[in-house]
Amino acid sequence: MSTAIATIEEFVNTEYKYGFVSDIETESLPPGLNEDVVRAISAKKGEPEFLLDWRLKAYRHWLTMTEPRWQKATYPPIDYQSISYFAAPKKRPQLSSLDEVDPELRRTFEKLGISLDEQKRLAGVAVDAVMDSVSVATTFQKDLEKHGIIFCSFSEAARKHPDLVEKYLGSVVPLTDNFFATLNSAVFSDGSFCYVPRGVRCPMELSTYFRINAKNTGQFERTLIIAEEGSYVSYLEGCTAPMRDENQLHAAVVELIALDGAEIKYSTVQNWYPGDREGRGGIYNFVTKRGLCKGRRSKISWTQVETGSAITWKYPSCVLLGDDSVGEFYSVALTNHRQQADTGTKMVHVGRNTRSTIVSKGIAAGRGQNTYRGLVKIQKSATGARNFSQCDSLLIGDQCGAHTFPYIEVRNTSSQVEHEATTSKIGEDQIFYCNQRGISKQDAVNLIVNGFCKEVFRELPMEFAVEAQKLLGVSLEGSVG
Amino acid sequence: MSMETILEIQDLHAGVDGKAILKGISLTIHPGEVHAIMGPNGSGKSTLAAVLAGREGYTISAGTVRYCGQDLLELDPEERARAGLFLAFQYPVEIPGVNSTYFLKAALNEIRKARGLPELDAMEFLHLVREKIKLLELDENLLKRAVNVGFSGGEKKRNEIFQMAVLEPRLAVLDETDSGLDIDALRVVANGVNKLKRPDNAQLVITHYQRLLDYIVPDFVHVLCDGRIVKSGGKDLALELEAKGYDWIMGCSASPECVAAAT
Repeated sequence: MSTAIATIEEFVNTEYKYGFVSDIETESLPPGLNEDVVRAISAKKGEPEFLLDWRLKAYRHWLTMTEPRWQKATYPPIDYQSISYFAAPKKRPQLSSLDEVDPELRRTFEKLGISLDEQKRLAGVAVDAVMDSVSVATTFQKDLEKHGIIFCSFSEAARKHPDLVEKYLGSVVPLTDNFFATLNSAVFSDGSFCYVPRGVRCPMELSTYFRINAKNTGQFERTLIIAEEGSYVSYLEGCTAPMRDENQLHAAVVELIALDGAEIKYSTVQNWYPGDREGRGGIYNFVTKRGLCKGRRSKISWTQVETGSAITWKYPSCVLLGDDSVGEFYSVALTNHRQQADTGTKMVHVGRNTRSTIVSKGIAAGRGQNTYRGLVKIQKSATGARNFSQCDSLLIGDQCGAHTFPYIEVRNTSSQVEHEATTSKIGEDQIFYCNQRGISKQDAVNLIVNGFCKEVFRELPMEFAVEAQKLLGVSLEGSVG
Repeated sequence: MSMETILEIQDLHAGVDGKAILKGISLTIHPGEVHAIMGPNGSGKSTLAAVLAGREGYTISAGTVRYCGQDLLELDPEERARAGLFLAFQYPVEIPGVNSTYFLKAALNEIRKARGLPELDAMEFLHLVREKIKLLELDENLLKRAVNVGFSGGEKKRNEIFQMAVLEPRLAVLDETDSGLDIDALRVVANGVNKLKRPDNAQLVITHYQRLLDYIVPDFVHVLCDGRIVKSGGKDLALELEAKGYDWIMGCSASPECVAAAT
């Protein structure tokens, strides 16, 4: 047994591959938060009046709120006055082609293995690259325009499509929603906006890579996706951040709106800096993601692969308002070293015959703590609703933890709710069995972990699934012998 | 004569947690030979199998093991496997989520890579699997399941021999493959093993009972008692042992543990 532990101890020893700091000048606001800061952010972005009012309302409400502490994670108090609420790359280019992108920025993306060039060549993925809160390159926009699809930075949308922004912003996550969402509403810097018109099937996967790059800069992304009647869009979000000594707060808000018969597929691969082996540094990822299936037969599907961040605290959720609407949540969350994750979903059934599926795979290694927390709420009006939940945990080593908190509330008698859960452990026996068939320890761990996650991976778009598998491999590198 | 050997164990001493289990084993296996190791519970049979396969947790205090000209004890478990040493487990391990076919293909390709052979693609592999699976009368659907998950005891054992058929080892160590098998399954397993016998490979069959040796006929039988080989002979030794019981041999060892184990 002792050898098994020793073996698994070594599991924890991979240096963060993406730990480097790009030398791009940033124009930041000094640390601190007050109404002037909120006004300054809005002014810098040339926002319409309604948006500033909205921000200020949020800020004033935020002042009345207290930071929640109910998650199963521990961290020192956050000093909100020591955070700088805005950083934009100074050389902000207006580009017609990728060749004009700041070479330093290009190199940064290349180190991440997600060079825009490659993205462009490969799968026809349109990339809206967000670096330190401001979009610096947008591709394929022309192509999308032909279909009437709007895909741009949030700031641009606020300027060019204020009616859409005003109509939908905060309609799923109201500005009073929760402490972090409200903070985001007050100070959000930028993000992505997508609008798919009626009946249009978006011809390519839309993709944004977020990257936190300036020291002590809180990231407050805001994403808003609207799928009109009968439309379809698949959106990919990938994240990496360089190595930092101080913890960085990231509190994003994502809102999705699906109208009659529309479908939104939202996929995330998140590998932000998780901190070092002793838990120093790393990102606090406190995110509010929610989708509203507003129309009949609409569908929203969340798929996430979470391997990064010191603390992950997020519950991509679906409000199933339209009759016969469908919500899905597929998740892989990996915690290694001293990472903590408290993640899951909420499925709120309001409409009749609404259906939801939850598949959650938690992997804990090292001293990682992995918590699934989910709510299935079936309201009285949601007759004939159905939910299926499956929560599996995989433990690697004997110093990690897996926890499951499923909440189920059913308020009618015609609905069906199923919940399945398992906990398993990668055993020394399993690894030896693989070894004896010629498979190395590392490959054995990857094989077992990938097998454990495959129900989720098959929900990801192909090239993302490959990236996710690689990421799990990297995150688990050096884990054994 | 300089006949090449597959395995040459000399004066092997090994134990676990400071407790000596193998106390001086010597054994030489040539190509084309089938050796049987018999012995009561606690005599060290499974320890021998584990040490040969390189399982962690065992301390080797003395002795050498040469395998096809290499120092076996220097190699990692996966290197031993890639060099053609196969262990059919007494208790095959379940690996949930990992598809049996995928697992076996990964294993075969690791071994082929080590031998300098090109990896098989999915179609070639499937072809190979279809051919080998008949040998063990296994249901092809088992291969669609996760490794050993939901397999009956007999299916697990047959699956071990099926893997052996696909991986074509130079030395197969069968650790109590007969345990927990009914007579029909035993016949199928033994039949599979016999068909895999070739002039250039060898088998080391570890068993408690003589029963398996009705079907797998060994060239040599060794009786293991208290960590030592106390008697070696031809296939008739197994029959004699069955008739007279382990007590008959135990006299030479006089170890109380051994006698206790045999009764």
